[in-house]
Amino acid sequence: MTNAAGITLDEVSLALGEHCVFQKLSVHLEGGQWHSVLGRSGIGKSSLLRIIAGLQQPDSGRVYSQTGEALRARIAYMAQDDGLLPWLTARQNVQLGPRLRAEKAQESDAQVDELLDKVGLSPWADALPAVLSGGMRQRVALARTLLEKRDIVLMDEPFSRLDAITRDELQGLSFELLQGRTVLLVTHDPMEALRLSHVLHVLEPGSPSSIQSMPLETQPQRAIDHAEIATLLPAVWQFMKDGRRTPVPA
Amino acid sequence: MKTASQSTRPRVPAFLIGGSLIVLLWQLLVTVSGIPHFLLPAPFAILKTLFSQIQLLGLHTAITAFEIVSGLVIGCLLGVVSAVVLSTSRRLRRWLLPVMVISQSLPVFALAPLLTLWFGYGLGSKVVMAVLIIYFPVVAATFDGLRHTSAAMLDLAATMNASPTTILLQIRLPAALPSMASGIRVATSVAPIGAVVGEWVGSSQGLGYLMLQANGRMQTDLMFAALLCLCLLAYLLYSLVNRLLDRCLYWLPDSSNSTITQTEAH
Repeated sequence: MTNAAGITLDEVSLALGEHCVFQKLSVHLEGGQWHSVLGRSGIGKSSLLRIIAGLQQPDSGRVYSQTGEALRARIAYMAQDDGLLPWLTARQNVQLGPRLRAEKAQESDAQVDELLDKVGLSPWADALPAVLSGGMRQRVALARTLLEKRDIVLMDEPFSRLDAITRDELQGLSFELLQGRTVLLVTHDPMEALRLSHVLHVLEPGSPSSIQSMPLETQPQRAIDHAEIATLLPAVWQFMKDGRRTPVPA
Repeated sequence: MKTASQSTRPRVPAFLIGGSLIVLLWQLLVTVSGIPHFLLPAPFAILKTLFSQIQLLGLHTAITAFEIVSGLVIGCLLGVVSAVVLSTSRRLRRWLLPVMVISQSLPVFALAPLLTLWFGYGLGSKVVMAVLIIYFPVVAATFDGLRHTSAAMLDLAATMNASPTTILLQIRLPAALPSMASGIRVATSVAPIGAVVGEWVGSSQGLGYLMLQANGRMQTDLMFAALLCLCLLAYLLYSLVNRLLDRCLYWLPDSSNSTITQTEAH
């Protein structure tokens, strides 16, 4: 997929009750790249994602793409909870988007088969989610996201419930299949963010939270012992912890 | 641990053994104590009446069954529609929910004469009575299910540009089915009460009417036979509804046969 739209958040503010989450937060996410939002639990990572997805209205500010088109129509969403409907088979869950929009299922049948094959679930196409493992369920969710053919993909900690090996496999698969799209991955795992991202956005602790963006120099899908990861990890860790030091090396 | 003999031995249902024991004790009690027949007939006398009056009992059972099933269908439909309306409109919820809850504090016995007056001595008043008793468990359970749809499913549907009607029909209602099924199971088990109370207050047919008539003529054995028919009808209806609901909820795992449950049973 080419010419994926970028996303701009312009002076976005959000308060949840008494707690001010963001105050005039601005950030630009370049199109066609993997962006990761890092931060501690409860800092507002998911709120940021929900604002971009249009699931939550900010108190002020705006979110837009450079193309000027409505963002909602360009976004696919993949959450921590795979959101599979338990009464539908894996195949039917992949087809959920067209089903909900009452689009003709026949058009996507071949694509669904292809996607299920890509995520390695062809033999499980007619299985109900209850019999699938956590990794398999996330694969179905990934195939469902891909079928949406949106150029912006928002991922809210999609790998956090998986074991280390399955997580590594799914991260690689997701990166490969989502290439060329604008991906925003919310995670609390610095290693995951450092391995997969073109740009890292770290939410600084505090009320309101501020954001620090740092582009990475090498191409994503870095190995665990990659030099850039080794350089940045301590700084990212420190910044997530107390936000006093800038994570960008001099 | 299961042994080979345990797994291959044919099992007699526990209720059959328990039931047979009670019947035997009952027969023994009546024979030994000499309790008059009109006070407590012997089980075998009741069985004899059941077979000799099978046509009469069958006719009245069919009428009561029709009232219960009609009440169940109408009550469930009304209950589900009401729950959907309540879940979609906060304003209606504020007005209607307290009225529904308060209406449940009125005993159905108190309403029976009024309903007979309004809907007559025919089937109508009995069906309405059954509907009244079925309605609230279905509304409450379905409304509860609709309120607790997973946020992840709803968020996903919203990002897929699904319309509110589609979300309701394809996500919220199926997700509410397990709760709805619980409500329908409860409603099925209490439905006979509505129909029989209606028949007691004013009717010329049905098992409730037959029981009253038999009671007036001191035909206690016929009364017991009618009661047995009512029990069988209620059990059959519950089993059918339960099986149907289990089929509708094919995706829910049944944990009743898990190791823990088996261990507890032993």
